[in-house]
Amino acid sequence: MNTSSLLVENTSKNFAGFKAVDDVTFDLNAGERVALLGHNGAGKTTLFKMILGFLRRDGGRISVLGAEPGSHAARSGASYLPEAVAFPGALTGKEVLTFYARLKGEKPALALPLLERVGLADAAGRKVSTYSKGMRQRLGLAQALIGQPKLVLLDEPTTGLDPISRQNVYELIGEIAAKGATVLLSSHALTELEAKTDRILILSKGCLVADDQLNQLREQAGLPIRLKIWTKPDAVQEVANQLGSTRMNGRSVELDCTLDEKIQALSAISSLGNLVEDVDVHAPSLDDVYRHFSNTAQKEA
Amino acid sequence: MFSRILTVAGQEIRIGIRNRWILLATLILAVFSLALALLGSAPAGTLGVDRLTITVASLASLSVYLVPLIALLLAFDAICGEVEKGTLLMTFSCPISRTEFLIGKALGHTLVLTFALVIGYGLTAGLLVGMGAGSTAGLTDFARLIATSILLGVCFLALGYVLSSLTRQSGTAAAAAIAAWLVLVVLYDLALLGALVANPSGVFASSVFPYAVLLNPADAFRLFNLTALGASELVGGMAGVSETLPFDPRFALVSLIVFVAVALSASAVLIRRITP
Ligand SMILES: Nc1ncnc2c1ncn2[C@@H]1O[C@H](COP(=O)(O)OP(=O)(O)OP(=O)(O)O)[C@@H](O)[C@H]1O
Ligand SMILES: [Mg+2]
Repeated sequence: MNTSSLLVENTSKNFAGFKAVDDVTFDLNAGERVALLGHNGAGKTTLFKMILGFLRRDGGRISVLGAEPGSHAARSGASYLPEAVAFPGALTGKEVLTFYARLKGEKPALALPLLERVGLADAAGRKVSTYSKGMRQRLGLAQALIGQPKLVLLDEPTTGLDPISRQNVYELIGEIAAKGATVLLSSHALTELEAKTDRILILSKGCLVADDQLNQLREQAGLPIRLKIWTKPDAVQEVANQLGSTRMNGRSVELDCTLDEKIQALSAISSLGNLVEDVDVHAPSLDDVYRHFSNTAQKEA
Repeated sequence: MFSRILTVAGQEIRIGIRNRWILLATLILAVFSLALALLGSAPAGTLGVDRLTITVASLASLSVYLVPLIALLLAFDAICGEVEKGTLLMTFSCPISRTEFLIGKALGHTLVLTFALVIGYGLTAGLLVGMGAGSTAGLTDFARLIATSILLGVCFLALGYVLSSLTRQSGTAAAAAIAAWLVLVVLYDLALLGALVANPSGVFASSVFPYAVLLNPADAFRLFNLTALGASELVGGMAGVSETLPFDPRFALVSLIVFVAVALSASAVLIRRITP
């Protein structure tokens, strides 16, 4: 018996000799919000399907809430939003949600307020075939939140949503995690995840290449801070020499430094007095961090 | 468990109402049976047999063609269509077992079929009774026809589920369903009759033919209904064989039930192997 909500150990999946998921190991605890990142074809959906028991794994161990994937106990405690949501088009949003509530053993009356939570209250009586992509996505999300699941698996919950709906999705995820549910969501973009998840897993070509908090990952990546110094005309060469940089560009000089050296570098720049007109400081963006982990893994492979 | 089965069945019925499937099936059965009852009864009236009974005899032949077709059309898409659309991903991640899901679908489709048969054929029976052409015995025949037609329908629903869980695309499943209908409803019969005509007194006619009839639900259905009517003199053909059967014709009913059990079990096994 283990206490983790989801345990994945040395799990692999081969499709006709092609390794879609390669020896992946991680462990999620109750109340954690975890993002699974990866390029197209990295194996995110394949991993989800193994966790749900739809695909058989080729080696390794998965335990969903202490039970075998796909078992009745695992399916009772976990819920899932597929990446391409589809519903019977002839039914209304309300009927669809009632259907899933009944399958999950929840009173429909308790599930229906979810439609309001995902912003579908007005469309509840309309046929799903008339819904936009984002509306179907939100109906799928409401379905995944029925009956207080302990583990919520969301495959690209924000793809196709407008920025405000995305914000709502992360608010909802925060709420259910605060009630003790573990949320594992997949995504392509690291930028939208800032401060919205507790942990990031990065999958690249089937391998898990990172598993940590966002700021830890930023540190591990060790990406330099980039300073761009705008100089007086004709002073470019002099500034470059003083700062020991070789990268010049018309009227600006570029300088890389680590977080520790940043203040030092800035004071060196200010000591140059009126040779300098302006300074831009570029901290590495989340996309840079993500690219770093994805690329190193691909180079090693 | 039952509530989950009923939930799936209920959704199937609701979809049947929404996309007008139920209406269409009922209309087809009503129109064809009314046409048979009104057009085909003139000569039989002179035989002094109850007109309802005559109609039941011709409706039995109609059922053999129409009911399997309607059942296969309802069922062929039931599993692979949902795999193709992606709706099964969500359904199978819920705590419903795949067997419960299958039973729910079967129950829903059976109720759709029952509704269409009771209303479609019932209209015809009502009309004949209203015209003063029916008796209580004739009504019993009618009830038997509807009940066995439902059973025949369930046979082909179950067959449809087997085909639907064997294929990945609903296009392929549709082709397989049409092929199954052609073979079981049309070609099987022709082959049997051909063999019988070629050698009317050989081993085939006496010891293979009767059991071959039992194996195919469409033939078993026809055998049971026509012998139950005692209508061989009315219809001729296959029913004439019933007097020489080596077993009680009610055995045909058992054969239908066995077929349903086997086909439903087979699809319950197959649906477990599906990756949604
Ligand atoms: N049933 C299958 N048969 C063969 N190969 C498959 C199958 N399913 C997935 N793959 C392959 O496994 C790899 C991982 O696919 P997967 O769908 O898990 O990627 P993903 O990370 O979800 O990508 P995306 O971001 O595009 O959704 C891909 O190369 C895909 O072609
Ligand atoms: Mg995917």
